[in-house]
Amino acid sequence: MSNIAKAFADGKAFIPFITCGDPDLETTAKVVREAVKNGADLVELGIPFSDPTAEGPVIQGANIRALAGGVTTDKVFELVEELRRDVEIPLVFMTYANVVFSYGAEHFMQRCAETGVDGIILPDMPFEEKDEFSEIAEKYGIDMISLIAPTSENRIAMIAKEAKGFIYIVSSLGVTGTRSEITTNIGDIVSVIRENTDVPCAVGFGISNPEQAKKMADFSDGAIVGSAIIRIIEKYGRDSAEYVSEYIKSMKDALK
Amino acid sequence: MRKEDIMSQSGGRFGIHGGQYIPETLMNAVIELEKAYNHYKNDPDFNRELTELLNNYAGRPSLLYYAEKLTKELGGAKIYLKREDLNHTGSHKINNVLGQALLAKKMGKTRLIAETGAGQHGVATATAAALLGMDCVVFMGEEDTKRQALNVYRMRLLGAEVIPVKSGTATLKDAVSEAMREWTSRISDTHYCLGSVMGPHPFPTIVRDFQAVISRESRRQILEKEGRLPDAVIACVGGGSNAIGSFYHYIPDKSVCLIGCEAGGRGIDTFDTAATINTGKLGIFHGMKSYFCQDEYGQIAPVYSISAGLDYPGVGPEHAYLYDTGRAEYVPITDDEAVNAFEYLSRMEGIIPAIESAHAVAYAMKLAPTMDKDKIIIITISGRGDKDCASIARYRGENINE
Repeated sequence: MSNIAKAFADGKAFIPFITCGDPDLETTAKVVREAVKNGADLVELGIPFSDPTAEGPVIQGANIRALAGGVTTDKVFELVEELRRDVEIPLVFMTYANVVFSYGAEHFMQRCAETGVDGIILPDMPFEEKDEFSEIAEKYGIDMISLIAPTSENRIAMIAKEAKGFIYIVSSLGVTGTRSEITTNIGDIVSVIRENTDVPCAVGFGISNPEQAKKMADFSDGAIVGSAIIRIIEKYGRDSAEYVSEYIKSMKDALK
Repeated sequence: MRKEDIMSQSGGRFGIHGGQYIPETLMNAVIELEKAYNHYKNDPDFNRELTELLNNYAGRPSLLYYAEKLTKELGGAKIYLKREDLNHTGSHKINNVLGQALLAKKMGKTRLIAETGAGQHGVATATAAALLGMDCVVFMGEEDTKRQALNVYRMRLLGAEVIPVKSGTATLKDAVSEAMREWTSRISDTHYCLGSVMGPHPFPTIVRDFQAVISRESRRQILEKEGRLPDAVIACVGGGSNAIGSFYHYIPDKSVCLIGCEAGGRGIDTFDTAATINTGKLGIFHGMKSYFCQDEYGQIAPVYSISAGLDYPGVGPEHAYLYDTGRAEYVPITDDEAVNAFEYLSRMEGIIPAIESAHAVAYAMKLAPTMDKDKIIIITISGRGDKDCASIARYRGENINE
């Protein structure tokens, strides 16, 4: 069984997203440990990319700050290695296809396995292109996470049938970022997924407060939050761990 | 069926290049587009309407002009200019835009979005939107809105909204990223009118087919004038739409050299370059696998060229394939060489080329003298240079107000 399943074994999962190296890797390590302490069930670690086309302005900003600080893919692997001394929950990378491709897919997946990364989310690699990396990922036991969007419709079953780890349900049209309202009928999407797979599914894009998180997790197996956390890090920089800690606690409590 | 056509129908691959590396949110949109395109491209009514627009609105066919003075001055091969600068809106961009706008309208879309670098594609899209009664939003790097202020005004005059893009390097690649982001947020009424032979399948194929009118005409025109095919066809390459359009109908004719001129900027041994095939490596970005200027970790490089239209870190997948197979060659042209050619063609023939097209002229100036007088070169003048006069004047140290 996938290690990622652990995140969904004990009730609804809370999944924070953190861009590695924003503003530096020491802060990222502190924030991840605080997240774990306060009940995060899985952490999405963003490897920064120069041109993150699926991100809204908040996470774009985090990518730019991290790259300006000199973060590289190798340094992110070192961060994971260091985190794995005590962090046991599943860790999943979120980045863009070119970061993996340029590193060499084989080398990348091998490093994931060596350092303790359980899965990878690539928003610019849809179902039709996933074979580019999926065989190599499988060889190293890394789950390639599939995304399902409000526009997926007739594609949901096809994607769900081959899903691994968990399914990332994109709550809304557009890019990442907080939203006042999520209007997509998540329940309908989840029921089609359920007809096709037992792989758990979590909802992300636009979730920022405990009420939204609870509502989305009621429909699914968990909630993913990125931009709202990145905003805190943007505001408090190297001192953000304690503020992120409070926020994550409030979000996790809402899911209990 | 041609080999290239078969390839474009299998997941949009050109050799190893191409594909559909885009968010799941957009997948059904590109599938719907591909279906609609495959239907309408063979629809006689659609083709009649498009031809009508191209001929009676855009001014096609464009002239194939024998540049006699230029030929004599350079003292070698006979030089013809394919005059895309004479099209309505002043560049080849209108060929693709009229096709895509008409297609979008048939699909029931009411709104066009587009990216633009130099502003030529934005102006063409704004023009088609005005003509066909559609809404239009153009994304343009903030840096480019300054370099090409006049084109910003033209787009607004035509009724388009121009959104300056401040993210990243605030140039063409960022305008593409922002247009893609906008498309993911509003799909049902909106068509992304992509301006070059790039992005996810089916865009590289659609844009190429609409631009192929350039070589369809030039092939017929040169056969009429000379009774034979040219020895070389030269065009500038950013994303590569005018170049693929200029090359396409000569691809099976192995005797015709196909030469793409990339923006070398301050030189391909410096970081200030946008010569993707000459300096880039294989990668995945903006929906396609192709060559990109990037660092060792795959971060897309901030590219530079004097030409806002060639200032892009990638190249269309079909060009990457033509390069791999050796069917076309790609040469870098520096800012200096392009500016010299801009001035040279203006004085020699009374034709002010776009600074983008001047890259192609610059290479012809090197190549023609090395060829015999019975050889023939066709240079595509992809656009007119009025838009560049102020910035070239500044490059030469003249201080003029637009």
